[in-house]
Amino acid sequence: MAKIMATMAGTVLQVLVSEGEQIAADQDVVILESMKMEVPVASEAAGKVTVVHANPGDFVNEGDTLLEVEEG
Amino acid sequence: MIRKLLIANRGEIARRVIRTCRRMGIATVAVYSDADVKALHVQEADESVRIGPPPVAQSYLQIEAIVEAARQTGADAVHPGYGLLSENAVFAKACQEAGLVFVGPSPEAIAAMGSKVQARETMRAAGVPIVTGSDGPVPSVDAAVELAQGIGYPVMLKASAGGGGIGMQEVRSDEELVRAFASNQARAKAYFGSGEMFLEKRIVSPRHVEIQVLFDGHGNGVFLWERECSIQRRHQKVVEEALSPFVDEALRTRMGEAALAAGRAIGYVNAGTVEFLVDADRSFYFLEMNTRLQVEHPVTEMVTGLDLVEWQLRIASGEPLAFAQQDVRRDGHAIEVRVYAEDPEKMLPSPGTISRLVLPEGEGIRNDVAVASGSEVTPFYDPMIGKLIAHGSTREEATERLLRALASYEVEGIKTNLPLLQRIIASEAFAEGKTTTDFLDKYIFQKA
Repeated sequence: MAKIMATMAGTVLQVLVSEGEQIAADQDVVILESMKMEVPVASEAAGKVTVVHANPGDFVNEGDTLLEVEEG
Repeated sequence: MIRKLLIANRGEIARRVIRTCRRMGIATVAVYSDADVKALHVQEADESVRIGPPPVAQSYLQIEAIVEAARQTGADAVHPGYGLLSENAVFAKACQEAGLVFVGPSPEAIAAMGSKVQARETMRAAGVPIVTGSDGPVPSVDAAVELAQGIGYPVMLKASAGGGGIGMQEVRSDEELVRAFASNQARAKAYFGSGEMFLEKRIVSPRHVEIQVLFDGHGNGVFLWERECSIQRRHQKVVEEALSPFVDEALRTRMGEAALAAGRAIGYVNAGTVEFLVDADRSFYFLEMNTRLQVEHPVTEMVTGLDLVEWQLRIASGEPLAFAQQDVRRDGHAIEVRVYAEDPEKMLPSPGTISRLVLPEGEGIRNDVAVASGSEVTPFYDPMIGKLIAHGSTREEATERLLRALASYEVEGIKTNLPLLQRIIASEAFAEGKTTTDFLDKYIFQKA
């Protein structure tokens, strides 16, 4: 199981994937916004999204888990 | 004359406006969100009013709350600063309707420049050169290919509602365009809720040069020379200077006259900036007009000796311009760098608390900053914490002074782009004035 974490402190602008979805490595999964800058967060792992923790509008700190992926 | 001014902004620009008001004997009202309770602009204003929680949509963009704050405090005018509501015609109108003087152009002039497609049309009619492109949105990928063939590759594919480079791509062939169209349209739809696309001819290695204009309400207008703002990252300016090392006297006059024509075409009053792309062969094309004060206005102030905020306030109070084009001074050279709370390697925002701030001092050095030691830089707002400006009798002297100032600039507690700024200003390419919009990739990151 891989955890996809926030790369910076900011607000979750968009969640681009949903639970159960099959994703590829390097695919953008969440868009964070901090200081007017939109920064996409890419998944490091390929596999199935098992849990989505992030919701649009949530405030997250660097290192917070955004979603979990079952690798494979 | 305005007696009490509400500043509908925050950070360094709110402090900048307060400084001029103090000198002119105008009382000031600051507005603030919960994230800015301890901000310097709030401490420095004569009065302050809380307008909402940290996100801008709930505070600094709340038109009603701001107009109400003006009413409560008995302010007779509103200065919008830059960004936020500064180019919002609805806000300008709301101020007007509440009997407040809006320090800026009319709502109609703001709206005329607000839509990219409409602005292109108005400029064409006024005889201001525009980049060849599709007039209005492109209905389909087939139509795009046909249009691109007519314009000639390379072309820029752009999202109509786009910003920050999202939904925008350079394409060099039919095949590339077909591929790029679908993906950028999808991206624009996801980000902006509109997949409307249009095309413009791609100008290779252009310069971004803008003309500062001032119009009073009595039919007088002047241009305050140009600013060279080509060095950008992610379409955000990083270094700005006055004058441009590339623009010669003939081009300066032609661009100045085009900028005045652009302003006159929409009945513009107050300070504004007309942005142009300039080609290597010195052709220039209208990009957009910023209907407000610009971040980089200090370089113009240092070269002309004028206080642009003072003139904004005088014009808004109904005063005529006290000088004509031939009286506008041109003294030496000024360079500004924007200091961002940003990790210079990862290029990611770096919010946090500034544990220590030491600003450089010296001959010809000006600091416009939002923060001090102990200030918190929150993730809610723009990453710019300040601007450092150096003036000298020549470009070389301004560069030397700026380098010395950058070397003694100290920020602890957060990461900043200061190392990157030093590399830019110390580079040979900068000294040689090779300031094109691809400067960073070409000469600093060596990617191009």
